[in-house]
Amino acid sequence: MSSPASPPAAPAPADLPPLDALIACPACDLLLLRAPLEEGIRQSCPRCHHLLYAPRARTVVQVIALSLTVAILMIGAVFFPFLEISAGGISHESSVFDAAMAFSDGILLPLSFAVMALIVVLPLLRVALLVYTLWPLAQGRPAWPLARRAFRLAEAVQPWSMAEIFVVGAVVALVKIAGLATVTLGPAFWAFALLVAVVTLQNNLLNDWTIWTVLDTQKKR
Amino acid sequence: MDRARHSEEALTARAAGLVGCRACGCVSPVGTATCRRCGARLDPVHALSLQRVWAWMLAGLICYIPANLYPMLRTATVGSTPAENTILGGVVELVHAGEWAIALIVFSASVLVPIGKFIAIAVLALSLRAHATLSSHRRHRLLEIMEFIGRWSMVDVFVVAILSSLVQLGFVVQIHPGPAAALFALSVAFTMLAAQSFDPRLIWEKDQGPQA
Repeated sequence: MSSPASPPAAPAPADLPPLDALIACPACDLLLLRAPLEEGIRQSCPRCHHLLYAPRARTVVQVIALSLTVAILMIGAVFFPFLEISAGGISHESSVFDAAMAFSDGILLPLSFAVMALIVVLPLLRVALLVYTLWPLAQGRPAWPLARRAFRLAEAVQPWSMAEIFVVGAVVALVKIAGLATVTLGPAFWAFALLVAVVTLQNNLLNDWTIWTVLDTQKKR
Repeated sequence: MDRARHSEEALTARAAGLVGCRACGCVSPVGTATCRRCGARLDPVHALSLQRVWAWMLAGLICYIPANLYPMLRTATVGSTPAENTILGGVVELVHAGEWAIALIVFSASVLVPIGKFIAIAVLALSLRAHATLSSHRRHRLLEIMEFIGRWSMVDVFVVAILSSLVQLGFVVQIHPGPAAALFALSVAFTMLAAQSFDPRLIWEKDQGPQA
């Protein structure tokens, strides 16, 4: 792979172009001239090599499709049985919702809400915001009101959306009880595993600066 | 292009009397409160923003210590006294069971990563004052790795959630969560906020010499 291109550095302060023609690297603050997006050309900051643009054709449509997939899988994953355990003639099954509610007795209750938010609410919020931002863009229409704020929120939520970490937690839990009882994987386990793959694919596809630029291009129509 | 590669000559938004948005990169005049494009709060590159990093990190440390002392899990089995497991106790149990790979995952997520994060954040923050031994590139990379890896520490909280919702077999065996689960979750959240509030532009600012 050839090394990525870089947007041109800004000229000296004396002859700075209008602010809308400039962009500052979010990682190191280097001032750069906005460069047009070129399909397949990755652009990164010349100083700190922070990736700026990675435009790909049809990204917008693919991100919408994957977002809807995440939403459907999540609804299935929350309410179907996640794991079932049996030992000594007694069996018990638990869903993702039950797992979050594990802390609901006594003073640990806030942790139940936090776990619910981390594994279900925030991933759903993120895909909802992405669909809101990108849906009109996919149809070549002007963005809906507050689309920029919605997209910024979607990006801010990303580190807190921990579905994939929950799946690793499930694997660790399985190993811990393997000697204690017989465990059966429920349909929600597979839905959640698939969801993690889709979320990862989506995060790899989505490049925030590309979307910012697309949003700006829409504004002028 | 060559000019930009030599960082001492590079023109930053700050040096040009502007402020760049950390969320979307849009440039505004200095003194603007929120980004013109995305509405994010615009933080000028200022060493004072480190106070936020130290505050979150201290909060994380304060939660991390009791999180290791209190039990994470309480297991009640028939015919024996209830057993309590701390974070390290859980790792030791996995090692005794011969599950080395899983023990390593839990140990990394619950012990190595949090402690490594405390040290790395402190080193990065202190390196802004003293003369840094690591290059800006290295330090920036370290910050990015911490932001990426920190959230994985939450894995032990999810293990506790799954175990205590699943293992409810009446008299045979029951698992209940302990107070360390909440303390540990808070500690992870606080250190994530510490890493997020560390402004990487400060690392590069220093590179430009006495201007800061």
